[in-house]
Amino acid sequence: MLTDITLGQYYPGNSVIHKLDPRAKIIATLLFIAAIFFADSLLSYGVLALFVAVVIGLSRLPVLMVLRSVKPLWIIIVLTLFIHAFTGEGKDVLYQYSFLRLTTEGIIMGIKMSLRLVFLLLISSILTFTTSPIVLTDGIEALLRPFKCIGVPAHELAMMMTIALRFIPTLIEETDRIIKAQTARGADFDSGSLLQRAKNMLPILVPLFISAFRRADELAIAMEARCYRGGEGRTRMHELAYKAKDFIALAIIILLIAVLAVMRWGLGL
Amino acid sequence: MPLNLQNVTFTYMKGTPFEKTALSDVSLQIEKGEFVAVIGHTGSGKSTLVQHLSGLLHPDKGSVTVDGVNLNAKNAAAKKARNSVGMVFQYPEHQIFAETVYEDIAFGPRNKGLGPDEVDRAVRDAMAFVGLDFDSFAKRSPFRLSGGQMRRVAIAGVIAMEPDYLILDEPSAGLDPRSRDAVFKEVMALYKKRGIAVILVTHNMEEAARYASRLLVISGGQVILDGVPHDIFTNHKDELLAASMDVPPVYKLADCLNAHGLPVERTPELAALEKQILELRRAKHAD
Repeated sequence: MLTDITLGQYYPGNSVIHKLDPRAKIIATLLFIAAIFFADSLLSYGVLALFVAVVIGLSRLPVLMVLRSVKPLWIIIVLTLFIHAFTGEGKDVLYQYSFLRLTTEGIIMGIKMSLRLVFLLLISSILTFTTSPIVLTDGIEALLRPFKCIGVPAHELAMMMTIALRFIPTLIEETDRIIKAQTARGADFDSGSLLQRAKNMLPILVPLFISAFRRADELAIAMEARCYRGGEGRTRMHELAYKAKDFIALAIIILLIAVLAVMRWGLGL
Repeated sequence: MPLNLQNVTFTYMKGTPFEKTALSDVSLQIEKGEFVAVIGHTGSGKSTLVQHLSGLLHPDKGSVTVDGVNLNAKNAAAKKARNSVGMVFQYPEHQIFAETVYEDIAFGPRNKGLGPDEVDRAVRDAMAFVGLDFDSFAKRSPFRLSGGQMRRVAIAGVIAMEPDYLILDEPSAGLDPRSRDAVFKEVMALYKKRGIAVILVTHNMEEAARYASRLLVISGGQVILDGVPHDIFTNHKDELLAASMDVPPVYKLADCLNAHGLPVERTPELAALEKQILELRRAKHAD
């Protein structure tokens, strides 16, 4: 069912990871993504896996739920594995079919690339699982603020993101309800040709668009009624402040990058 | 030929931290010709219940059958059985999509596989039932109608499927009193003429008292009371209050009058209560 989607969902908690400053968490996530590309040997992938496992442990999220966030992209991950396995350059040919060659090197490369994707997905879902959307956009706004002088509308971007995030569950619910209502009138969404199926979506899309516009209109009026007039001179209830643990977290990530760099170039592991 | 729920249990988002049991071990039977009101506070499971009755949700445990056909099956008989249960959602006008009133109402009958002539007849019948004049409304855009008219179009879209069981989820929400009365008048006319079963989900105790022949009170995913509305509102007031519901105002008024020493009978009709009071006054003046 549509309402079962967990992607990008906040999971309330009280762990160290939950309590980190959102700016530190966003920077740390970006640094970790960079760190992924420093890894080369299988041993360094082990280090990354260990790190992700420790972070999941610290966040006290249900492990299964975090792992499930990989599910929406499993096709891409499997495809990556196969493309690398069959097109990789290597001497150790295990199997050949016309231009497709399965090589040991290719398989190893494929595993590495898929692992990169998995780590990327896991760490970014940990970010969204442990940070509420509001706090997350606060963090993004704060990080973008220095770029205001070159014309980046930090507050407006953050506000748009907040609103978009806020309405994802609402629209999912609405879609679910409309699908049910049309199903109750005998609509069939699973059969017929591709064109017919696209046509069958119309009874869902038209009401969904109308309701989205209606909601947008109501929201604009509600915001105006509360004197919203952009970010200029706006103060906030929760000021963001770095604490010791945020610096420690960033130091750990930088250490991770250093270890991976040394492993790759220093020790040649 | 009843609509039957057997030991139905249903849990939302099973296996996640957000899991919530909405129905637990519910069994009930609804016969054609019954007018059933379903009441319960928000989150009591009444919406989940009616979505099971219409085959939109399938139970985790137990079964839902119409005339013995399981709604969960994937065959033609099950599809026909699901089509025999019509469901009007809350704010049904939000599901209107077609360019003309005619096209929107014809959506259901066409999905049923009726021919053009039968579709035309079904649409005309349905529009007549909800009091929309065919010649002046059929070719108009449904999005340019008033709220009350849009709701009638939406209800007509379900009535045109000619269901044996009609589920209405708060059909009067957000309507002005006149449109509300009109909608109920039309539903009552349909109920009496076609002898169908009507299942009305409502927060409004007055509607339940006035129209229903049977009342189901849902609380915590279970049917806690099942009986004649008058009996429930008279003898089970405490259970209702415990389930965060109330008796209709007209019953409260009767209780109030009784407490002040006016011996009136409890009744769901305000007019009947008024008559009793006038009788009492006449009797007093005659003394």
